[in-house]
Amino acid sequence: MFSKRIIPCLDVKDGRVVKGVSFVNLKDAGDPVENAIFYDQQGADELVFLDITASHEKRNIILDVVMKTAEEVFMPLTVGGGIKNLEDIRALLKAGSDKVSINTTAVKDPGFIRQAAERFGSQCIVVAIDAKRFSPVEGKAGAPPAWVFSEAHPELMVSSSPLSGDGGSSWEVFIHGGRTPMGLDAVNWARFMEELGAGEILLTSMDRDGRKDGYDIELTKAVSEAVSIPVIASGGAGTLEHLYEALSRGEADAVLAASIFHFREHSIREAKEYLRDKGVPVRL
Amino acid sequence: MLAIIDYGMGNLRSVQKGFAKVGIEARIVNTPSEVLEASAVVLPGVGAFRDCMRNLEELGLAGPIIKSIEAGKPFLGICLGLQLLFSESHEFGVHKGLGVFKGKVLRFPENSGLKVPHMGWNTISIKSKKNRPPVLSGIPDEASFYFVHSYYVAPEDPSIIAATTEYGIEYTSMVWKDNVFAVQFHPEKSQAMGLKILRAFGDFVKKS
Repeated sequence: MFSKRIIPCLDVKDGRVVKGVSFVNLKDAGDPVENAIFYDQQGADELVFLDITASHEKRNIILDVVMKTAEEVFMPLTVGGGIKNLEDIRALLKAGSDKVSINTTAVKDPGFIRQAAERFGSQCIVVAIDAKRFSPVEGKAGAPPAWVFSEAHPELMVSSSPLSGDGGSSWEVFIHGGRTPMGLDAVNWARFMEELGAGEILLTSMDRDGRKDGYDIELTKAVSEAVSIPVIASGGAGTLEHLYEALSRGEADAVLAASIFHFREHSIREAKEYLRDKGVPVRL
Repeated sequence: MLAIIDYGMGNLRSVQKGFAKVGIEARIVNTPSEVLEASAVVLPGVGAFRDCMRNLEELGLAGPIIKSIEAGKPFLGICLGLQLLFSESHEFGVHKGLGVFKGKVLRFPENSGLKVPHMGWNTISIKSKKNRPPVLSGIPDEASFYFVHSYYVAPEDPSIIAATTEYGIEYTSMVWKDNVFAVQFHPEKSQAMGLKILRAFGDFVKKS
């Protein structure tokens, strides 16, 4: 039986976990390896490290973290944040990461995703999309990247794209950790990324992120139906029911969550038992 | 000495660390003589079949791998290392494999409603329940393992099928014949269950 995946995400800055697993008997709550071991033991299906270290010069720090983690835990590991070139990817995979997650660089240069998929295989190229609801009436879209005008993909512009959600919504792609609007339609952007070779979409709702009032189900469903690669829903998990909603109505293949697990509101096992009882296939 | 074959594809480090975690030393090798000298061979790999086969040929490793298998030395194929054992693949055109087993490597059917690649945790049904492959000792039927692949193997000889998995179709997720074991999933990424397989393979190597 094929399982839906539960994926905890750890933010890593300068080699330390920020807001990591609290209230747990970790000797060092900021140690990424200890956090990883904790989630491994809990039965997490995968693990994501989001490197929020500002400086590209400090990339060797995350490589060291990945290397140490890969010695201790034997589960799929995805690393995202600050990936700018093929060498960054190669170094992460060599250190022991199984997949890399790419956001800003994909928007600035979509051809990079094609190159990366050809070089390393689609299975390890995750495209992260930060999406925010866009109102065609009052909304002003961000300036699209220059390549949009040379590519024959008018549907990528959020201002001219058809409304893709069930409720007549559309969403705009943001980069730079959610600071810069890019004028791109998130649903068609996901489809375009699949065409270029992305193996998975990590979809974050910026409207919901950090609010703990549930994933954006309409967005999750719209993207899941638009692509034939797996979609990981992210942003907004506050209760176990939210996980269920994203995996059922939202049609997501996996859910990413941070605080719901870090702060021990629920253990991963508890989440899986809840989902199993609701009829969602999970690995227990 | 266990030799993990490095032919420029995939994450060998996790395989080596996985063996280390269960107390088995494995060396990463990339020359024909090292393969021939090894007491057992592990062939991991992710990526495209064609590129992998080409790399194996260019490094002169295809012949030594076949020789090692024919000499009865234990062999463990992982993911692409399973697919490469077969006679031909239909990934990006038709390409010849190592031909240890007869059969084809085929893509999951499109439009089955399921996502390709098959990525994530899935269960295996052990076929040979009476005569269990030694590397599955201690593994319960329907145990979950981590998979990442778009192609699957279709062996001509059903007797080599040790386990199957369902993903839209029921396909072969493990083959076993004498000294040759190969799995479509990633034991090195399948937590405790996966490490059990690596340990059992190590035990099999010690006994043979």
